[in-house]
Amino acid sequence: MNWDAIFTSLRLASLTSLILLVLSLPLAAWLAFSRWRWRFLIESVVALPLVLPPTVLGFYILTAMGSRSPLGRWYADLIGSPLPFTFEGLVFASVIYSLPFAVQPMASSFAAVDRNLVEVSWTLGISRLATFFRLILPSAKNGVVTALVLTFAHTIGEFGVVLMVGGNIEGVTRTVSIDIYDQVQDLNYAAASRTSLVLLLFSFIVLAVVYSLNRNSPLWPTLRKR
Amino acid sequence: MADAEKTMTNGARPLQVSIKRNFAGRFLLDVSFNVGAGPGTVLVIFGPSGSGKTTVLRCLAGLESVDEGTIRFDGEAWSDTAGKVFVIPQKRNIGYVPQDYALFPHLSVRGNVEYGIPRARREAEGPWIDRLLLILGLTDLQQALPGSISGGQRQRVALARALARRPRLLLLDEPLSALDAPTRSVLRFELRRQLKQLDVPAVLVTHDWEDALGLGDQMIVLSGGRLLQSGSPLDILTKPENLAVASVVGVETVVPGRRVRRERGIAQVQVAGLNLWAADIDQPGDEVYVCIRAENVTLEIGSATKSSARNHLPGVLLGVVAAGPLMRVKVDVGFHVDALVTRQAVEDLDLKVGSPVGISIKATAIHLIPR
Repeated sequence: MNWDAIFTSLRLASLTSLILLVLSLPLAAWLAFSRWRWRFLIESVVALPLVLPPTVLGFYILTAMGSRSPLGRWYADLIGSPLPFTFEGLVFASVIYSLPFAVQPMASSFAAVDRNLVEVSWTLGISRLATFFRLILPSAKNGVVTALVLTFAHTIGEFGVVLMVGGNIEGVTRTVSIDIYDQVQDLNYAAASRTSLVLLLFSFIVLAVVYSLNRNSPLWPTLRKR
Repeated sequence: MADAEKTMTNGARPLQVSIKRNFAGRFLLDVSFNVGAGPGTVLVIFGPSGSGKTTVLRCLAGLESVDEGTIRFDGEAWSDTAGKVFVIPQKRNIGYVPQDYALFPHLSVRGNVEYGIPRARREAEGPWIDRLLLILGLTDLQQALPGSISGGQRQRVALARALARRPRLLLLDEPLSALDAPTRSVLRFELRRQLKQLDVPAVLVTHDWEDALGLGDQMIVLSGGRLLQSGSPLDILTKPENLAVASVVGVETVVPGRRVRRERGIAQVQVAGLNLWAADIDQPGDEVYVCIRAENVTLEIGSATKSSARNHLPGVLLGVVAAGPLMRVKVDVGFHVDALVTRQAVEDLDLKVGSPVGISIKATAIHLIPR
């Protein structure tokens, strides 16, 4: 069992979920409540990682982080080392790769909050921002939990982008899914099977815990009872 | 506006509204009125669905903007398109109760009521919240969640929440329409008593004339985005100024006639070759519409009994349909007249379609509209 790879995956998934929680709350709120006519363009960009092949996404992220791009140069100047093939680079890629999994459940649960409730809150003297934290967020907490679980699970299962951006560095960027791939390449089926089983059980337990916590209100926004 | 000025002398605040709003070119709202909102008085905005009454209320709340015009309350401009003034709902100090009450589902009854009070002031306002809950009969429900209480209780929670911040003006959108009929009539009486006791002026939107009569002190009638008539609810319902108002307030029988004689406040009117006695109106022309509300029509069987009613007409029964707890009876007396009677009366009189039946109506219950 390659515990290093498991630890790398858990660290990556936790960090990505945390960063996406902070980034997605305002972005999802904006998508849910904006009346800007070009909003659909932003929605499309956010959803892109859902449909792009991971290799294509990975290629663009790699190019963006590289020393020829302004972003890559800026980061290298700031930190002193380039982003590609580092754990930080992997986090950056994962945040982009899992963005729709965080933003979409949040945005749809924010938008599902009864508009009448929001308006009453305003007439009670509560500002738009305070209304978000006191009314919309508590009403949409299932959506936020869903977003975090999906982000976490999706990041654990990431393969193509990790390979493109992180490479395969033991203890740094070698995640569980890459490790399983390596083991299969080495014809080490016993190890691959053990690691796969751990990943399978882990995913199942995480999902079971979350679903049991939300037993009375189904997680998927489309199935939620009104 | 004489009424408005009279009430303003005893602590009423003037509410001046003159607004225009366009809905994608299909529907134009164009309403002006000027009333005195005295402590505990209720202004009813009455109209059918699609008349724009809810939009007017939402404009007062600041939840909708207006395309052109002004809204002023108690000398303060809430909305003035010429002066580019728009006060956001948070700053209007109003209490708003939407049609479905919109209680916050994740908060207890007390949590809902206290929602608008800043945490720092919760303790100081505790006795006031307690009193409010007591007046509205919610003391025992404080810890309950909105999902577990009845429709009538939800209505009272929404009212308590709107009143908790001591608003200057209360805005109620169809506060009774989400309730079933028996609860409505009980709560209508209760709501009237509570509004009087709490001393806050209120604007109430409804399409139900029982609500208008039971709750309103003043009333304006809207239809198709225009103001048709304003005055006391009873006056408007019994004496609509024109055909449009008569139709909006649901006068069942409206037929054209001609005034042939006037005598001490009573007019003789010819309708379909018959002579009727009606309350006279002060207007020069003799071409009129005759308006008769169904609840003012009495049925008679056999030869006319002695009564003070001036109008007795023989006719033929055309049909009977249920109308809530009562029965609506249509009679052909030369023109069609609707009458509202009890189920017992229908059975006692053995009413069947085609059977001969007479009607009687007091002269004062027949209202004339100029044609």
